[in-house]
Amino acid sequence: MYVLSAILSLTILGLLLGFLLGIAAKYFKVESSPIVDELEALMPGSQCGQCGYPGCRPAAEALADGKAPATVCPPGGSVLAEKIALLLNLDLDLSDIAEPELLVARVSEETCTGCTRCFKVCPTDAIVGAPKQIHAVIAKACVGCKQCTTVCPTECLQMHPIDVTLDTWRWSKPTVTEVGRAVC
Amino acid sequence: MLSLFKKPIIRGGVHAEQHKAITADYPIVKDFPLPKILYVPLQQHVGKPAEALVKVGDKVLKGQLLAFSQGMISAPVHAPSSGTIVDINDYPAPHPSALPIRMVVLETDGMDKWIATKSVENPFQLTPEEISLKVGEAGIVGLGGATFPTAVKLNMGRENKIDTLIINGAECEPYLSCDDRLMQESAEQIIDGIRLMLHGIETQHAVVAIEDNKPVAFAAMQTAAKDFPEINVIQIPTRYPMGWDRQLIRYITGREVPVGCRSSQIGVTIHNIGTAYATHKAIRHGQALVSRVVTVSGGAVGRPMNVEVPLGTLISELFEFCQVDNSNTARIIMGGPMMGDFLPHTGLPTVKATSAVLALTQGELKSNEEQPCIRCASCVSVCPAGLRPMDMANNIRANQIDTAVDIGLKDCISCGCCSYICPSNIPLVQYFKFATGELSARQKAQIKSEESKRLMEERNARLERIAKQREIDKAAAKLEEERLKAEQEKESTTV
Amino acid sequence: MMVAQIQPNSGAHVGANRTISQIMVRVMMALTPATIFGLWCFGWPAVFMFLSTAGSAVAFEAFCMLLKGRAVKPAIMDGSALLTGWLLAITLPPWAPWWLGVSGSALAIILGKHVYGGLGQNLFNPAMLGRVALLISFPVEMTTWANVSPLFFSYSPGFFESLHIFLSGIPNPDAYTGATALGYIKTEFSQNRTLPDILNNYSGFLHFIGWTRGSLGETSTLLLGLGGIWLIRQNIIQWHIPISMFLSVIVLSGIFHLADSQHYVSPLVHLNSGAMICVAFFIATDYVTSPNTPTGQLVFGAGCGLLIFVIRTWGAFPEGAGFAVLLMNAATPLIDHYIRPRIYGRDRKGKPLPLPKNEA
Repeated sequence: MYVLSAILSLTILGLLLGFLLGIAAKYFKVESSPIVDELEALMPGSQCGQCGYPGCRPAAEALADGKAPATVCPPGGSVLAEKIALLLNLDLDLSDIAEPELLVARVSEETCTGCTRCFKVCPTDAIVGAPKQIHAVIAKACVGCKQCTTVCPTECLQMHPIDVTLDTWRWSKPTVTEVGRAVC
Repeated sequence: MLSLFKKPIIRGGVHAEQHKAITADYPIVKDFPLPKILYVPLQQHVGKPAEALVKVGDKVLKGQLLAFSQGMISAPVHAPSSGTIVDINDYPAPHPSALPIRMVVLETDGMDKWIATKSVENPFQLTPEEISLKVGEAGIVGLGGATFPTAVKLNMGRENKIDTLIINGAECEPYLSCDDRLMQESAEQIIDGIRLMLHGIETQHAVVAIEDNKPVAFAAMQTAAKDFPEINVIQIPTRYPMGWDRQLIRYITGREVPVGCRSSQIGVTIHNIGTAYATHKAIRHGQALVSRVVTVSGGAVGRPMNVEVPLGTLISELFEFCQVDNSNTARIIMGGPMMGDFLPHTGLPTVKATSAVLALTQGELKSNEEQPCIRCASCVSVCPAGLRPMDMANNIRANQIDTAVDIGLKDCISCGCCSYICPSNIPLVQYFKFATGELSARQKAQIKSEESKRLMEERNARLERIAKQREIDKAAAKLEEERLKAEQEKESTTV
Repeated sequence: MMVAQIQPNSGAHVGANRTISQIMVRVMMALTPATIFGLWCFGWPAVFMFLSTAGSAVAFEAFCMLLKGRAVKPAIMDGSALLTGWLLAITLPPWAPWWLGVSGSALAIILGKHVYGGLGQNLFNPAMLGRVALLISFPVEMTTWANVSPLFFSYSPGFFESLHIFLSGIPNPDAYTGATALGYIKTEFSQNRTLPDILNNYSGFLHFIGWTRGSLGETSTLLLGLGGIWLIRQNIIQWHIPISMFLSVIVLSGIFHLADSQHYVSPLVHLNSGAMICVAFFIATDYVTSPNTPTGQLVFGAGCGLLIFVIRTWGAFPEGAGFAVLLMNAATPLIDHYIRPRIYGRDRKGKPLPLPKNEA
């Protein structure tokens, strides 16, 4: 008798709660946020293709589907990876992503033929010039996507590291010289 | 009895070994041989760099304007001696990186001839605005090391109606004694400078705070100030970092400067001893700031001394004069050993901020053999800002800079107390400097990424516009063609 | 032009030059008088036990460093493992067999320290973790207290007899052992005797100097207290934890003792017995496992005192110092989370201070 009443009461309780949950799921449904748009907004947007996807939007879609890791975007570096991980609630191991070496394109004036191909592909209009005139890169606007270097017929566009000035110089992270760290 | 309850608080801090006596007991050396070449950086202050006024080949006199100040927060630069400008170019800056900045190179003629200066008979008849103006024209900046343009600070003091002017004579960094010597030798001029500053900020009350390890300087200053009741010379306990402006403000006035505010907003302004002296020279004698007293000290220095040198003197020449043993020098430091900057070599000029140049031997340096943190919390107890350095460093080590910011990274004043006390030799301050740099790099990257996005959108819009235009043109051309065709057909039919 | 160094070094170029090993050595120096007194009081078996426990702690440390693939020598030289072994040894019964001390060291160093990541990472005080694990696992051996039998006294065991005790246990326990004061009180309470009756043979003075049964180095209130005060004067430890611990024990036991002196032990007996002084100065003040602000340390000490009093008075064990410290160790991260120093220019919550209204 006791067994029966226990089974009965628990069954009723289970059904009742299940019903409530069902109602709650229906009426308090949270509209899923357009996560892909949010992700795309975070990305650099230069469509550089360094991630292996044809652009920022496809990369964002891959991220949202869980096909790409948070560290997918090399130009974004650890900053972007952290933001993505935060948005998607991913665990992030920053130790294995290399900070992107910031590069800017520079035109070598000896070999530039003024073919105008490079500034047609530049996503940020960072290359200025005119046909048969030597082109120049505005370093401030260059995002380092390397698209111009691939189309340049004379290889006069090369990527160079950004010059460090007093303004951009930073203290390096202390290297751990902990005495116990070295293998005996 | 009430004073017992209102006992001023000093939080944190360390008792570092002083090493001051080796220089503090001897007069300031004034016969430093004039260098052949002076390298005068155009930026020796916080704010915008000055704009060069002279050209290569120009002849200049001592105290002549070389570069004028630009913008709201800036300071001009003057010729430290007479001679010819031989170059205006980028040379290594006195900075840990020794990266180049713009400098005026002056070949001295050995005459050291001053430009005609105007002495003011009674400067107290000048308006406060004129005092600020003259101080600004003389290129005076905070000589304690902060190098904030003094004129700007005087103006802020006047605008905020401050009630107390604090003169910082703490000189709490070990080894340093340039302010100490200056007070011992030129107390009257400093007091005069303080009175002029009081006039400049329209304030009636000044407090000169001197650490109690400088009794001679204290006595000299007290004697010099005895006729001026508005200037109160007091002794403060010897404890690093007593000279941190906010610590001093809290100790003297009991007020605490809220985060994100300037001291003038709570009615206090603070200036350095050297700045008061420079103000005296600028107003009374019309002389610009072209030289300063530098402490040269450390275990590798043969003749440690306080010496007055023209700005732009290379440290190598200073070291030669003071007989520094190069082979014995393990580290060169500009400023004090707690907050001073490491310098990679001696081919760098002295600037307005150079209160000292130290050549320390390996034995004087802190060991850099790092051991694991044992959570002894010494860093927490010595931190004058009330931070938890070990937690911050742990977070930064794990690249969690945002967490470090949350627990107070931005309130760190890099005073070095935590690094000094750490039994595990963890370079805490370097972690904080790294993280601060990283933050500003991220900020810049963020700005750049937004900017690139904007450029990209504009480009896309333009391409779209062009495409649309082309379509319209094409449509128009087609219409035109059809029209022509139609006309032709018409003609042909009519014919 | 000379090149001094390529890698830029940041601030505080000078240092206080107090290294980890110096700190550890000072703590050991402070422990030395009480330890030597304990070794003398309990004779050769205690000497063997002390050496084997401390030595095996160092050996286990070396073993762990080898497993980690790190340099062994610096880890040994910092002295932390030796101190852990030392602290463990002085909290064990003086005539404990060799395996008790060695397994205690293994528990302390491997489970108490290296499992968490080594020096500075452990949540619990390693020595106390080892001791408490032993107490739970081997209750008989851990509560067999040798009588005071000083070295070179006629009734004390000789060198070879001691070696036998050390290697294969005490031959006839009844002749050589008895109960500690706290243990005695606890068992006698269960016989429904009242306190004045139980304690009529109790000598506060002998307990004060340490002429009594108890753990190897915990008996002498005097010598441990002097060592602790020296440590405070040397600025190795701060006064907050010991003082708040004593105060909370005194206040709690004082109230209960005044209310019912038949059944509640007086504050003096509390302070003067068991591991109280040793724990207050040497165990609870462990840097790694105690809070890092003075206020937090006060809370921590008070909590330890409270738990010691509760366990001693109502718990199943006569002594509760080890448990109390471990429980408060577990609370340390929480204390550190809630009790933080106020940042200059900010209020306790971290918001910037309000700008005072312009009085002028």
